[in-house]
Amino acid sequence: MTAPADQLTGAATELLGWYEQMAVIRGTEKAAQDLFLAGLVKGTTHLAAGQEAVAVGVSAALRADDYVFATYRGHHHAIARGASPEACLAELMSRATGLCKAKGGSMHLTKADAGMLGSYAIVGSHLPMAVGAAWSATLRGTDQVAVAFFGDGATNIGAFHEALNLAAVWRLPVVFVCENNLYMEYTPIASVTAVPNPAADRAPAYRLPAELIDGNDVVVVRDAAARAVDRARTGGGPTVVEARTYRHFGHSRTDPGTYRPAEEVREWLARDPLAVARDRLSRLGVPDDVVSTVDGRVAELVAAAVSAAKAAPPADPAEALTDVWADGGAQWRT
Amino acid sequence: MADVTATGGTITYREAVAEGIAREMRRDPTVVCLGEDIGAAEGVFKTTVGLFKEFGPRRVWDTPISEQAIVGAAMGAAMTGIRPVAEIMFSDFLACCWDYLANEIPKVRYMTGGQVTVPLVVRTANGGGLGFGAQHSQAVENWALAVPGLKVVAPSTPADVIGLMAASIRSDDPVVFFEHKGLFASKGPAAPEGHVVPLGAAAVVRPGADVTLVALASMVPVALRAAEAVAAEGIDAEVVDLRCLVPLDMHTVLDSVGRTSRLVIVEENPYQGGWGATVASIVADEGFESLDAPVRRVAAACVPLPFADSLEQVVLPTADKVAAEVRRLAAY
Repeated sequence: MTAPADQLTGAATELLGWYEQMAVIRGTEKAAQDLFLAGLVKGTTHLAAGQEAVAVGVSAALRADDYVFATYRGHHHAIARGASPEACLAELMSRATGLCKAKGGSMHLTKADAGMLGSYAIVGSHLPMAVGAAWSATLRGTDQVAVAFFGDGATNIGAFHEALNLAAVWRLPVVFVCENNLYMEYTPIASVTAVPNPAADRAPAYRLPAELIDGNDVVVVRDAAARAVDRARTGGGPTVVEARTYRHFGHSRTDPGTYRPAEEVREWLARDPLAVARDRLSRLGVPDDVVSTVDGRVAELVAAAVSAAKAAPPADPAEALTDVWADGGAQWRT
Repeated sequence: MADVTATGGTITYREAVAEGIAREMRRDPTVVCLGEDIGAAEGVFKTTVGLFKEFGPRRVWDTPISEQAIVGAAMGAAMTGIRPVAEIMFSDFLACCWDYLANEIPKVRYMTGGQVTVPLVVRTANGGGLGFGAQHSQAVENWALAVPGLKVVAPSTPADVIGLMAASIRSDDPVVFFEHKGLFASKGPAAPEGHVVPLGAAAVVRPGADVTLVALASMVPVALRAAEAVAAEGIDAEVVDLRCLVPLDMHTVLDSVGRTSRLVIVEENPYQGGWGATVASIVADEGFESLDAPVRRVAAACVPLPFADSLEQVVLPTADKVAAEVRRLAAY
């Protein structure tokens, strides 16, 4: 059963929107990789292709005034909260129009005016920050919720445990979302962790509820996030969500990821979150040509973003000595 | 807490900490405290006496021994509309949350292109002289000075504690506020209501014509004692209390050296990497023509702080050591 685009059900329209967001992220990540290989992106990248459903699914459960804290693998979180592919790619390419004026780079994408309060490259450091943002919401008497996205590797660092304990003791409106992509950089997480599910299995130690979910199905992610966010918003305290997912690229830069068994890679690529969403769309009666139209629109958007970022002026050297202090300057002495 | 709302009378440095925080909590409901044992227990150094009683558990929060969570949560709260005042009990423990003070708090405004503001204060009890041994006695103000993006405050008198606390809490930039353990029992004039000492304004606390002594926190009374000792010998020493390392008031230092032509820097942190090296380098660069003698630094010896009083006195600057350097420079 298929239907014209203007006759889709509410559920189909919603899912099509999430699919489009995921496609934008995928297209941007592929562009980032191409630009890196072409020498136009310096430093490093940590691409999130394959993990789009986590960002988009959780984002779909949040309000505009909620807070998000992400990691150095955070392009998808910035875009899911409204950063434009053009501003993200311009940041990666050291352009003046970059999301952070080319002072942050790939690992620090931030869109504070959309509640996306940063991407942090010291593993686990941002979990206490999200706890603090949630604490702030309760102090100010709002019902905002804070979300910390982190990798499986972060569950073995002290800040993770300090954050979970404090959030539990103070019963704060925070959701801890582990993107378990099975590898701590180049090392299987299972080989360096005492429990099979690195985040979900730790939650009971802090008497926190946990959900272990399929992180490649955006509907599953959205539903789990909605439960956790609702619990947080209504005074039920924190939740740990562990979303199992997989990255399509290596850890960073040009890492080919050869430490991952070929069979495992094949299985996960077959469960590409975009393919999973397309299956669901088909079952909801969305015609292929409607999805293709979305794909075409996304391809054009990303191509335009690449062109615009390439054409943008380089970072202004004068910017290097600004933005240290709240007065905009960098003066430290008289 | 001490009732020092009226002018006149004296107050201890310890009471001034609580008074300074309380004044800001009264004027701004977004000022919130967190730390270990700061609530009902009123602080291990009794520097938060009365706060819990006056402001209650919604404004004064006891935390677990989780330095990363304390400072990390303060950062997240500061980014979202709160002005947190976080206590790290001993400055040695800053090492437990150094990621936040070295990598996160000072950098987040810059690396986001100015998108976020982090108005927080991290208060901590710093310094030696009380026989607490190597892990509870260090003077670590030079750690904070090494990180661009942190304001660094270290008052020497009760009135300055109140005035600088006001400026620090009102600052939209992150401040590390070093309270000196050796000064907690010291007394001084109470600060009038509304007293604010701007960050980055050094004070000439003893005028003199022959040699400049630049000091910070507990080294200010040490420098003053040394100045009194040499005064009897006809040497007229000027003492400058820096009050802050960032912003660093080099204008006042260079002006003083311009008049005295001699400089002794008195610092409690170790000589290696101590803040005096930064002051000396600027004077060498910008005040060279004023100098009639080498710049001297009296700093802690480059060893961990020992436990026994007799050993600690060997390591830390004393008035005698400072006076000896002043005499040497005066005779140069």
